[in-house]
Amino acid sequence: MSHITEKEIQALEEKAREARITTIRSLVQAKSGHTGGSLGMADIFTALYFHIAKHDPKNPDWVERDYIVLSNGHITPIRYAVMAHAGYFPVEECLTLRKLGSRLQGHPERDMLPGVETTSGPLGSGTSQAAGMAYALRMDKKPNRVYCLTSDGEQQEGNTWEGVMFAGKHKLSNLVVFMDRNYIQIEGSTEDVMPLEPLADKYRAFNWHVIEIDGHNMEAIVDACEQAKAIKSKPTLILANTIMGKGVKEIEGNYKWHGTAPKPEQEESFIKQIREAAK
Amino acid sequence: MLNPDAKLVPGILEGKFEKKPTRDGLGNGTVEAGKLDPNVVVLSADLGDSTRAAWFQKAFPDRFIEVGVAEQNLATVASGMAAVGKVPFIASYAAFSPGRNWEQIRTTIALNDQKVIVCGMHAGIQTGPDGATHQMLEDIAMMRALPNMNVIVPMDSEEGRKAILAAAKAKGPSYVRFGRANEPVLTTPETPFEIGKSLKIWESKEPKVTILVTGSLLYQAIVAAQSLEAKGVGSIILDVHTVKPLDKEGILDAVKKTKRVVTVEEHQINGGFGGAIAELLGEEFPVPMVRVGMLDIFGQSGEPDELVKFFHLDAPGIQEAVEKVLKK
Repeated sequence: MSHITEKEIQALEEKAREARITTIRSLVQAKSGHTGGSLGMADIFTALYFHIAKHDPKNPDWVERDYIVLSNGHITPIRYAVMAHAGYFPVEECLTLRKLGSRLQGHPERDMLPGVETTSGPLGSGTSQAAGMAYALRMDKKPNRVYCLTSDGEQQEGNTWEGVMFAGKHKLSNLVVFMDRNYIQIEGSTEDVMPLEPLADKYRAFNWHVIEIDGHNMEAIVDACEQAKAIKSKPTLILANTIMGKGVKEIEGNYKWHGTAPKPEQEESFIKQIREAAK
Repeated sequence: MLNPDAKLVPGILEGKFEKKPTRDGLGNGTVEAGKLDPNVVVLSADLGDSTRAAWFQKAFPDRFIEVGVAEQNLATVASGMAAVGKVPFIASYAAFSPGRNWEQIRTTIALNDQKVIVCGMHAGIQTGPDGATHQMLEDIAMMRALPNMNVIVPMDSEEGRKAILAAAKAKGPSYVRFGRANEPVLTTPETPFEIGKSLKIWESKEPKVTILVTGSLLYQAIVAAQSLEAKGVGSIILDVHTVKPLDKEGILDAVKKTKRVVTVEEHQINGGFGGAIAELLGEEFPVPMVRVGMLDIFGQSGEPDELVKFFHLDAPGIQEAVEKVLKK
């Protein structure tokens, strides 16, 4: 059963395109930063902030909010862009990304920007932090849900599996972890650098419910989160198959774009491609 | 003589006092903090009995969280719990926490500014027979380098209890260091304790040296001060339980009187407490100084009192350091 109308899907897709464009513009200004993963997670962040999560951009500390935890902090440009479009701060502020004095630090810092739930950058710690939040919320019988966004590369970190084990043991059904499964890390393919498969089986073995989706399909993203709400005895992993750099042909699937920013002369052609995807 | 305002237990100079491990302070302190604040929780990494976290578990089973042998998870789950309003204490051996999970403490607790109280247990050489792997001697250096972090080294179990209660109320995250071995209990519930404020333990009439101590070697310093006084060498002893923020005023007041300093710690002399004092005095009031501690070497197996003697951390070792600094 679908939990979203065709019209809502189209609106979300348009929001995701806007966020991708803002991300390109902010990275060009910053002259450094992580383009590939940011573009690849545009659809999931958009679905979370514009449809799935309970939150209030005008009251970031709202006690009834759902928590959105970004574990792989380096893709924060897309989070900033989506937050700005959602109304947390002016979209123009995205152009201050990585600049001295900006609230938009190269890797996100909780103290700097309201709405950022945790400081992140060093990989592998987000799942545990999200699990800690989920555990404490459940202790207090609070209904808030915790959404954690992780990368596939950080599945190589031991800390990740410590968190996975903890959440599985405690059956934290208020926790949903998205994994950005794009098969790419800095040095190349995840399966060459340090093979991760079979990821779904690994999570199932740790007592998680696993849903595999196309991470660019808005309907699938929303439906997976709805399905997770019905699972009362386990945390859920949404294994999102994504294309790193989604939306810009030159970037898609090219690991050299993991940590590279577009050049000024590339800006308009990249944005044109993103706009034309609407047609 | 002993400072009457410190309200220490009577009979110290005659060697009359109880002996308890400072880690008892974690057990008693967390139970008390748990009664005062329902948000206090304790996380343990499979060492609840020896860290005394089990005392809290017994009092508040629903607020005790076992993470297994996973110190990185210990720190990061606690960070997440603090983010939604809990006051987490995390307890494991200091060799593993902060030894293994320092990056997680740095990023998700200190930089993230979440009030988690990191309790480093079985710290120092007196961890004893377990040997060098478990004798954490670098933790003060690691933790005092972190912005936002308080660093507290209680000298006895009673001061440890107070340190836990103070850390529970402090604004940001703290590191509190505890030891395994039985140590003299010198302070009483009436002894003052405030984070960042040192406590004068001893002052002779004409002090020639200030002995600054952090942690449970403090009794050794008192014994040394008695012998020195008998030889006509007066001293001041400060219990500097807070290594960060350092009590600049209290330390400088004492040092200005004596113009000679000895520091004492159960830790490497590089980067630790002695390092912190050297930094302070180097900038504010340079005077001759000798550091008593581990001299850039690891420990080895042995009984706690044997090791304290072997590495010259005992009263004769402190006395030698005083004689050395007086000749400088």
